Amino acid sequence: MKCQIEITGLVKRFGPNTVLDGINLCLEPGERVAIIGPSGTGKSTLLRCLNFLDRPDRGTIRLGDLSVNAARASRADVLALRRRTGFVFQNYALFANKTARGNIIEGLTTVRGWPQAKANERADEILAQIGLADRGDSYPAAMSGGQQQRVGIGRAMALDADLMLFDEPTSALDPEWVGEVLDLIRRIADGRQTMLIVTHEMQFAREIADRVVFMEGGRIVEQGPPEQIFGRAQDDRTRAFLRRVG
Amino acid sequence: MRPLDTAYMLDLVPVIAGYVPLTLFMAIVAMIAALALASMLAIVRVLRVPVLDRVVAVFISFFRGTPLLVQLFLFYFGLPQVVPAMTGINGVTAAIIGLTLHFSAYMAESIRGAILGVDRSQWEAAQSIGMTQGQLLRRIILPQGARTAAPTLMNYFIDMIKSTSLAFTLGVTEMMGAAQKEAAGSFLYLEAFLVVAIFYWIIVETLSVGQRRLETSLGKAVAR
Repeated sequence: MKCQIEITGLVKRFGPNTVLDGINLCLEPGERVAIIGPSGTGKSTLLRCLNFLDRPDRGTIRLGDLSVNAARASRADVLALRRRTGFVFQNYALFANKTARGNIIEGLTTVRGWPQAKANERADEILAQIGLADRGDSYPAAMSGGQQQRVGIGRAMALDADLMLFDEPTSALDPEWVGEVLDLIRRIADGRQTMLIVTHEMQFAREIADRVVFMEGGRIVEQGPPEQIFGRAQDDRTRAFLRRVG
Repeated sequence: MRPLDTAYMLDLVPVIAGYVPLTLFMAIVAMIAALALASMLAIVRVLRVPVLDRVVAVFISFFRGTPLLVQLFLFYFGLPQVVPAMTGINGVTAAIIGLTLHFSAYMAESIRGAILGVDRSQWEAAQSIGMTQGQLLRRIILPQGARTAAPTLMNYFIDMIKSTSLAFTLGVTEMMGAAQKEAAGSFLYLEAFLVVAIFYWIIVETLSVGQRRLETSLGKAVAR
């Protein structure tokens, strides 16, 4: 298996607690991987460490030709890694002082130095893709949760990232908005975007993922194709978890 | 009790009005300089920049802990005795420097509070798209903090306009100094100081209207 993205021996401690206890993970180009597991097992921390929102204590993260050793990561390493990964937050975290369009183009103009006109063209495409072509000038406070999260996804899409990270993208949404957000993620997944999704939506994980990873206690317990994990899981802990949520 | 000499007061209006530009000049220059300095001080404190953080803490403590009048006297009368470069300093410059340093210490604390009030997720979102520390402060955090800090900063500006009157103790003839001179000649102290008080009042009230407009425009991102 050739890895486009390779995570090796990732460790993260918060004080005396080891939240990630040596995570190894390999993603092939275009692969869609869903991470499931009980609350507090480090799923979100894993995603946050990949983007250095939480700084991992040890391990390496390789994205294509960019390899970052967590223990020695320089400021430049961290920026390079972030510029090649898109992050979608559970609580949307849209820039409150920017419109939908402003949120999408910020990474293009400020970070990549694109001219305004070119960034606006890209924003038009993305606004159309996320179904908000007519809401470009709306501020986050004036949008529904579903619309905000679609803009959050649009902002991550604008980066043309090697890897998109979704941190429980529907957990904060009212039930009525979950469908439209999942539909959008599904469409992005159809475009063979490499993605890592932490989710509690088991049906969604089963349907969208090429591979499902079950995590507990800061470790990967079991992984495999969805039909294997959801149908004939090998580990007792996986089966126990799926019984509880299923 | 004698009646107010209203005719004298009316005569004074154009005289005092002639000094309004100098008062506004000192206040506006000091305000712009203080805003810039205060933003830098606040950022140093928020980011806990090693060493500088301690220096800034002492700076803020000193300028908040001593009276503005004392600070002005230090700059105008005191420092030139030991710093030769400052011997030629004029009253207006000394007043502007004093006002800038004094108010920047207060403003730094309210800007710091406003920055800390911006939700953590805004920092993370900005980091996640690869912004540098400077970019995220300039583009995301400071604009949002500005909305929170605006009412307080405007109050400091108003306070600063009134504090320019202390410049007359450094020999500057501004509004207050002019009123003092007029009164010394006419002995009509009540009339002279009443006129200058009304001038300050009108300037401050005019600004309050501007303040409300500014807050409305800064709040448009959150208005539904």
